[in-house]
Amino acid sequence: MIEAKDLTKRFGKQLVFQNLNFQINDGEFISLIGPNGSGKTTLVKILMGLEPSSSGTLKINEKQTIGYVPQFRNIDLDYPLNIEQFIRLNLKFTFSAKQRNHENKIIKSIMQKTHLTDLRNRPLGLASGGEKQKAYLAQALLNDPKILILDESTASLDVEVKTQLMDLVQELNQKYHLTVIFITHDYELTKKYTKRALLFQNKTIVPVKVENISKEMFEVEAENVRI
Amino acid sequence: MFGYEFMRSAFIASTFIAITAGLVGVFVVSRNMSFLSHTLSEIGFAGASFGILVGISPLVGMIIFTLVSSIAVGSLSDESSRREASISAISSLFIGLGILFLSLSSESSSYATNILFGSIVGISGKEVNQLLILALFVIAIFVIFYKPLSFDSFDHIGAQAAGLKTRLLSIIFLITLALSVSIGAQIVGSLLVFVLLTLPAATAKYLVHSVPKMILVSVGLSLIGVWLGLYLAFVTNWPVTFFISTFEVIAYFLGLSYKNWKLSH
Repeated sequence: MIEAKDLTKRFGKQLVFQNLNFQINDGEFISLIGPNGSGKTTLVKILMGLEPSSSGTLKINEKQTIGYVPQFRNIDLDYPLNIEQFIRLNLKFTFSAKQRNHENKIIKSIMQKTHLTDLRNRPLGLASGGEKQKAYLAQALLNDPKILILDESTASLDVEVKTQLMDLVQELNQKYHLTVIFITHDYELTKKYTKRALLFQNKTIVPVKVENISKEMFEVEAENVRI
Repeated sequence: MFGYEFMRSAFIASTFIAITAGLVGVFVVSRNMSFLSHTLSEIGFAGASFGILVGISPLVGMIIFTLVSSIAVGSLSDESSRREASISAISSLFIGLGILFLSLSSESSSYATNILFGSIVGISGKEVNQLLILALFVIAIFVIFYKPLSFDSFDHIGAQAAGLKTRLLSIIFLITLALSVSIGAQIVGSLLVFVLLTLPAATAKYLVHSVPKMILVSVGLSLIGVWLGLYLAFVTNWPVTFFISTFEVIAYFLGLSYKNWKLSH
């Protein structure tokens, strides 16, 4: 479980957000929405321990490791590694044959879970957008995290591929009780896949039930972008 | 050809140079640092001539110059475009300095040709030992940091997301790069050491799809290059660098054609 109490973050004098109070339950599939620059990525960094908060507390169950799928990746057409080798980058170094066996099993099972087994020899540079996202997801799942953070993973995909990826994430969420935090600007996906959202508004967070999520919550941001 | 001591020295030295350059090159290419390795070799030239001027060994001068500047470059900026501009400014300055140091020292111009373009006769048994120690040091660093360095070099953003200390890894890498440049320049010369540090690895990238295989192919190609170069230089008395760079360039374009052919089939 993740629990924030009066969580506040400033960069120097600039306030990013203040008094965040929310709770994310184990096995929940929740989205994190709000305009660009409202502090979503900063919150993720605090969650992952890469950035300190200015005040307040954030409690995460100690044993729960976090897998994070970042928004941008620089993988060009010439990128040499194939999908399996790319996923393997996240493994630790070992000389032990036993450990290596164990790793091979993990890799095999992750590839199955993410439906990548048949694509394992494809160079990542030549993979489609959806296949790349699956590979990023698989790499983040390697250390068996209990919490998965997806940072706009669907942003550059077409509708059909988006749905496939989200179906896969939903499957992982339901079958393996994985907590999923989905950062998104996509109204339809939020409605379809998540039961609850944390909305960044006026420098703080408002929890919203899915039936109360409206298109306007996403449009605010479009106006901001235009300005 | 092994009847001559200088050939034996050159053979051992270039074997280790090829292994380190082929290995480090895989990471140079995946980190998009070909340009930086070129600049480092120019800085290395200035370091070698500085060494001659003040009376220390050119290798030591080179190591000092490349180490200091690679760490300086690493802490300059993470933004690669800004880095490229400042790197090329720095490199012009160092070529100028190198020429100044050489003209101030009393060494003949043939010495300058040797550090710039390399030579197979220039290496003594003592220098071979120094090279061996340095090469083994670089290889050891790569064995120790193999996993995190691979992760950071082939997927920098993913490595950051997984919580790796990417800044520290970058500095470790730059140190080994500086050492490899200094080692490699002893045979192929400082102007062309980047041939060994980039081309075999760039070729490997077109042929195979895993980090260990890339290292194997890259080391293999640089070994063939220097061995062939040494042999042909011995037979023809032409410069060794000419043969090495010709071989690596041909291999590179064959690799590129192979990849394009594979894509269209």
